Amino acid sequence: MALTACAGESSTPAAGGADAATATSLAAFGTLAELEAAAKAEGALNVIALPRDWANYGAVLDAFSAKYPEITITEQSPDVSSAEEIQAAKTNAGLDTAPDVFDLGLTVALQNTEQFAPYQVATWDDIPDALKEASGLFVGDYGGYMSIGYDSSKYEAPAAIEDLLGADYKGAVAINGDPTQAGAAFAAVGLATVQNDGTLDDFQPGIDFFGELNAAGNMLKLDVTTATVASGETPVVFDWDYLNAAHQADNKNWKVTILPGTGYAGYYNQAINKDAPNPAAARLWQEFLYSDEGQNLWLAGGARPVRAEAMAEAGTIDEKLFAALPDAPEDTVVPSEEQSTAAGELLGEKWAAAVN
Amino acid sequence: MALLTTAPAGADHSGPARRRAAPPSEPGARAPRRLRLDVLGLTPFAAYVLVFLAVPTLLAVGSGFVGADGGFTLDNVAALADPVIVATFVNSIGLSLLTAVIGAIVGAVLCYALLAFRAEGAVRATVAAISGVLAQFGGVMLAFAFIATIGLQGVVTVWLRDVWGIDIFADGAWIYGLPGLVLPYIYFQVPLMVITFLPALTALKAHWLEATLTLGGTRGAFWRRVAMPVLAPSFLASFLLLFANGFSSYATAAALASQGSQIVPLQIRTALTSETLLGRENLAGALALGMIVVMALVMWGYAVVQGTAARWQK
Repeated sequence: MALTACAGESSTPAAGGADAATATSLAAFGTLAELEAAAKAEGALNVIALPRDWANYGAVLDAFSAKYPEITITEQSPDVSSAEEIQAAKTNAGLDTAPDVFDLGLTVALQNTEQFAPYQVATWDDIPDALKEASGLFVGDYGGYMSIGYDSSKYEAPAAIEDLLGADYKGAVAINGDPTQAGAAFAAVGLATVQNDGTLDDFQPGIDFFGELNAAGNMLKLDVTTATVASGETPVVFDWDYLNAAHQADNKNWKVTILPGTGYAGYYNQAINKDAPNPAAARLWQEFLYSDEGQNLWLAGGARPVRAEAMAEAGTIDEKLFAALPDAPEDTVVPSEEQSTAAGELLGEKWAAAVN
Repeated sequence: MALLTTAPAGADHSGPARRRAAPPSEPGARAPRRLRLDVLGLTPFAAYVLVFLAVPTLLAVGSGFVGADGGFTLDNVAALADPVIVATFVNSIGLSLLTAVIGAIVGAVLCYALLAFRAEGAVRATVAAISGVLAQFGGVMLAFAFIATIGLQGVVTVWLRDVWGIDIFADGAWIYGLPGLVLPYIYFQVPLMVITFLPALTALKAHWLEATLTLGGTRGAFWRRVAMPVLAPSFLASFLLLFANGFSSYATAAALASQGSQIVPLQIRTALTSETLLGRENLAGALALGMIVVMALVMWGYAVVQGTAARWQK
């Protein structure tokens, strides 16, 4: 205990002498109050790549600030990708400006575990095993299904994915990003694959589908933002259901449908930077995100909180919001690491040619 | 974007524009051998170039030869032969060539038209000033200006559709792909041509025409035999500058063509930031190396052409 690292100097004796940077659970601090005291002593939290219109992050950040006004949150580069979060941590390692926490797609999380500090939140047992790394290096937090959002004043609801190939959807169908770059767009190709009788082992049917969509003149190669939805530039959109649901605030005719048949799900993961300049604040942020309050905030953003099942049993979930979520598909698939890697390579080879 | 400083039209040029000051140690220059104090004035600029150009270039190129395990590899450079990458270079070069040709011709015609106005007059000064501004009006602003004007819901698009029944996107939303980049690129290429080529055209001496006519030549003969050969190097040099300008443009394309990565700078972005195709950061270095090779060829061509042009500047 005498060998406190430099991170230990910034934590107060209230932390019970625990070195916040190596704490793997609340037990290392003692109680939540002691973790709070240590985090307040640090007084700062650096977050990165958290767009305020993504899964209700704006409200989450504001709620944390309201609860802990002593901790100043610095929101860095809200629009960068998961891969850039890791780069930012490596580039800024040892500096006060390094990100304390990450919000990551699964592919990036799996390949960068050496950058994370293991931490198990107090509500650890509520989180399904399939959605967390066993030692707590990264943990699924909120997720949803790949869905199709559309402006119901101009377009019919697609009943099946093939409907989008019809002349009614000319120049109207967008995916959120380039699948060789963005996770949400990658998932759109995954959904098209399983909806076209393919499996996640081979994304080719999905690539073929978007090739046909492009040949039909229906594909719109434009990144989707709140602005493009509000202006009507992107009237039909493949995206996570919680992101599509958020567009209803800008366009009251906006509706979200999850196609029947096999669904494609994805969870975003939380992780703590092992070089976090504010290790206690980083851990407090995690505790907050996985608390009932934090989890219900995801729900308010239309996302499915990872503790939903346990909270529904305990009666702590916001029932009204939970009931308002679109029905889950009968079957749900989530790609494994190998499948993701193989699909990424295939997309790198075939995507550009298929949709140009 | 552009590397040059411009003189207002009608400025006192002794010959076709001499765009780059000769470095102090140019062979033939009568520079004393000992270090002169005024050379120290170059130090801040030299340091700037070193830190922001030379070092990043070396690092970028160097990373092209480093594998994921940190060792030396030629895999990244070999990946340049990948059909997707080759297509990207073809697109990039094609787009730069097309917009440079259009920009050079339209810009040259515009310069010629300006000769009808007085050298010191308001028209030339105004056009030169506007060109100077527009040549720099690139990047995200320009992309958004195009989206607002002829984007899918742009003012002009909607007007054409609602009033005239013309749907310019009947065959798909080309504005967000490679074809959509041509218009915005021309938008900054033409004024760049004007500011680089106008001084050369202005420097055509009136007494050359008089001499031609006196010797029994015609106006046509003057343009064919005298003006064109004199202007050709400047025209070519300006054209190469336009090509380089188009080839290295990033922000306009990044904001407009958000998907597909059809040109090299966007492909570099993909290699660096992708969250679905990991571990390709070093490919970005190899791509940068490819770009540097193309740019080096252009600069070599530029130097050769300028050398020829220098003969007329005496």
